[in-house]
This record gives sequence, C-alpha cells and structure tokens, in this order.
Amino acid sequence: MGKVIVVTSGKGGVGKTTSTAALGAALAQRNEKVVVVDFDVGLRNLDLVMGAERRVVYDMVNVIQGDAKLPQALIRDKRLETLFLLPASQTRDKDHLTAEGVERIINELKKYFDWIICDSPAGIERGATLAMRHADMAVVVTNPEVSSVRDSDRIIGLLDAKTLKAERGERMEKHLLLTRYDANRAERGDMLKVDDVLEILSIPLIGIIPESMDVLKASNVGAPVTLADARSAPAMAYFDAARRLAGETLPITIPGDKRGFLGKIFGRKAA
Amino acid sequence: MTKVLTDSRSIRIKGRSFLAVVLSPDLPLDEWLLRLDDLAARSAGFFLGRPVVLDVTDLAIDRTQLTELISGLGQRNVSIMGIEGARPSMLGPGMPPLLKGGRPVADFEQPSAESAAAEPVQPAKPATKEPRGQTQSIVIHEPVRSGQSVIFPEGDVTVVGSVASGAEIIAGGSVHIYGALRGRVMAGSVGNSSARIFCRKLEAELLAIDGIYQMAEDMAPSLRGQPVQLWLEGDVIMAETLS
Ligand SMILES: Nc1ncnc2c1ncn2[C@@H]1O[C@H](COP(=O)(O)OP(=O)(O)OP(=O)(O)O)[C@@H](O)[C@H]1O
Ligand SMILES: [Mg+2]
Repeated sequence: MGKVIVVTSGKGGVGKTTSTAALGAALAQRNEKVVVVDFDVGLRNLDLVMGAERRVVYDMVNVIQGDAKLPQALIRDKRLETLFLLPASQTRDKDHLTAEGVERIINELKKYFDWIICDSPAGIERGATLAMRHADMAVVVTNPEVSSVRDSDRIIGLLDAKTLKAERGERMEKHLLLTRYDANRAERGDMLKVDDVLEILSIPLIGIIPESMDVLKASNVGAPVTLADARSAPAMAYFDAARRLAGETLPITIPGDKRGFLGKIFGRKAA
Repeated sequence: MTKVLTDSRSIRIKGRSFLAVVLSPDLPLDEWLLRLDDLAARSAGFFLGRPVVLDVTDLAIDRTQLTELISGLGQRNVSIMGIEGARPSMLGPGMPPLLKGGRPVADFEQPSAESAAAEPVQPAKPATKEPRGQTQSIVIHEPVRSGQSVIFPEGDVTVVGSVASGAEIIAGGSVHIYGALRGRVMAGSVGNSSARIFCRKLEAELLAIDGIYQMAEDMAPSLRGQPVQLWLEGDVIMAETLS
C-alpha cells in the first residue's frame, strides 16, 4: 500500500506546489511510482509546474462525479514514466470535492502507487482539511518568517486533530520543510533563524530549500526543479529531503554556512 | 399530509458544558461600551468566537435599551449566546435565550476598570464547594499549537512543551509551562487568587490570574525570554524570574 503525504502550510505562497512537484519528481527518480494530486480546486497550479497543463482532459471532480475513470484522469509525466499527476478542477465549484469522493480516490491510488503526494491549498478551510484527511505523513512547508511559522503551527494542530490518523488515536508523522531560505538575509538577521523556527514548531526538519532563481526558471519551462536542473542548489536540497522522507538519515546543512566560512577568507566580496 | 420517517436513526442529544465569559454591564451603557472597547483594543480578538453571556441582573434598562446593547456588542463582534438575570418584559423574539443556573466562576475583570460596578455580581446561592478528590490537574505532553485552547476549570494545567502564539490555556488553578509561553494563559479562572503561572521562557501575549489581566506591552521588558513565575497581590500581577 502506498504512503499518502500531504504538503501543507496554512499560509499561501510559501512553496507547497513547488515542493510537491520537486519531491514527487525526486522520489520518482528513485524508480518509485509517484502520483502528485492537486487539491487546489479553482486555483490549480500543479499542472503548470509539472508542464502538463495542455494535457489535462479530466480532473479529480470528474472522477468523483463518475464522468471519468481514475486512470483516464491520471496524466503520465513525459520525462519520468513513474511520475503521474491527478489535476484539480479549475472550473468546478469547491463543493464538488466531497469527503467520500476523496476517500474513494485516495484508497484506489494507494493500490497502484508507492507515494501519493497531496498539494494542499492555502488556508485552513475545507480544501486544506480534505487534503490532509487521509495522510500518513505531512510535510509542513514554512518560510523563515513569523507569520508563516505561526500558520504552520496552526496547521500542525489541525494535523493532530482533524485527520483520520488523529481520530484513530495514531500519531501523524510531521516533517518541516523550510523553503525560500535566503542566506544573505539570514546573515543580516532579517529572517528567523533555523533554530528559532525549529524551537517554535518542534517537529523534525527534512530540509532547507534555498531561495533561488532556479525555481523560477524550472517553473517557466514547466518542470519540477528536480528535473529541470538536478545540479542546482534547490534541486539538491529537495533530493536530500526526498531521501529523508523515504527514511534515510542524512545530516542537514544550512545554506550559506559555507559562505560564512569563505566570507572569512575572502572578506565581504562573497556577499 | 403525514411525513414518512425514512431514517430510523434516533437523534443524538448530548450534554456539554462550556466555560463562558460573563459580561455584566453597568450604567451608563455608552461609557461601559467605551471601557469594553479599551479592553478589546488591548486584547485583540479576546471575545472572538468565545461564548459570551450577558448578565443584566439588577440593571435598570428596558427592552429597547437591551436590544441596543446587544446590537452595540454585535458591532464589536461580541455575539451573545445567552442572557442572565433579565426580566421577562426585557426579552423579545430574536433575542438570545434566557439562561438560568449558571455556576459562577471567575470575574473576568479588568484592572483599570477601577471597580466601577456598583456591586460585584453575587451568585444567587453561595458558590458550592467543588467536590474534591477527583482529577485536579492535567498534564499535556505536547506543545499547545496556535489556535488550540486548553480549558480546565477543575484545577492545574501542566504543559511539557511550549504554548504557541495564538494558543491559550484557561485553568481553574495554576499553570506550569515547561517550555516557552508565547500565547495566553489565564490561571485561577474560577476565582482562585492564589493561582500562579510558571513558565520556562516568558514571551506571553496575555496573562491573567483570577480575572486580573496583563498584556504583553505591560510586562517588564527584563522578564522577556526569562523563566518567570507570576502571582497576584491584591489587584496587581507580580512577577519574578526563577533562577
Ligand atoms: N526556493 C524558492 N526560491 C525562489 N522562489 C520560490 C521558491 N519556492 C517557491 N518559489 C516561488 O514562490 C511562488 C509561490 O510558490 P508555490 O506556488 O509553490 O507556493 P504555494 O505554497 O503552492 O502557493 P499557494 O498557497 O498559492 O498554493 C512561486 O512563484 C514560486 O516560483
Ligand atoms: Mg499551490
């Protein structure tokens, strides 16, 4: 049976969709069968980031309403044959996403895939709670700033209360993914420190993704950053995060720590 | 036409008790509302989503004034779930229901409100002693997250972890936090002035003991980030660092 991961944050625009695509493509490159599922009805983005927007025929709401079979709605990635996308509906109303419909789809996906990665919409409303409902583990995407951290804290509370796992009295595995980490701003003290975020949220860290133009470049060519440029800094951080998700233990490096060391040798030029 | 019962499941009716905030206005009402605005400004969102009961016992107002008061509160996003102590002539359709038999707990009072109320609201009967001997404390082994509230009128609350910004603890007794306190804590909320608050790192948004409040901006800067205990002396919250 596949593992269901929800990628969630509370706050909007912190990098959930970017992370869903990047982690999905990273896990698929390990030859595991992966489906990324867009829960952002009406504001879907995942198809764009995956470069599949022109191939969407059916979406999740079509499947829920019986207009299409699940395999008809799944879009296979052109570059990775183990990577699939289940798009959200852009035109239908959010209310068509029913709890029973979602449950049926997730249970079916679990039979065919190793990883089901659910891209949650922002907020704490129905879309977000439906996306987390069936999760086995959660990736909490947070930017190193106060409002994002507080919203993540709120989401962690919901993960421990409103999910099936929580209702069964089991523990939801939660992982922190710190994204858009800007080493220059961290050095100037304009951002929360990694330690402070960890202290506030007190869940294990699976990666720190640097703020980088490579993310934008990748989404412009319609590819997850882990496919577009596997050697770029954000891609490498996502590959490591994916390995940690899969259970490996690897040391985590804070982006820019090297720069601090070089900075000492070369003066301030590096910054 | 008779309706056919198609669903044979019975309706579940459950009892549940909530800790409500009781507001006891005094005259003149517009001045009282100003004082409320002041409290709300200093404690943003305190009444949001909280059950609020309006106690109008011995308040010499008529139905029109009560209606105005309720709508005045509504404009301040304070929605009244029930009214206590109203005479039948004061009530009309569309008004919150009359509540009876409430057990008094804390006076959610304000330090600056210089006991303006003619008399504190007296319980109809002397507060009966809580049956002791049952669970008088709870221990929470997880961090209390933003948006969560722990309400335990029966006694002490211990949190082995932090209390996040936007989280709250309301305890009848003392509150012990083995972590950072970034949210709100109300100790002694059932009228217990000897309740204390202890935390490993004080970064609270709001503290209250037995209804006496202190906002973040009123706390001594030297206490920020420190392990601190707080207690009540008269109407003043005292604090000292724990070394
Ligand atoms: N590491 C990064 N470096 C630079 N830009 C980034 C990074 N991560 C995300 N972005 C950019 O931030 C924006 C928001 O990202 P994304 O759409 O992934 O966020 P989201 O959390 O899914 O947003 P929403 O809540 O609207 O669904 C995008 O323009 C994306 O390209
Ligand atoms: Mg998104």
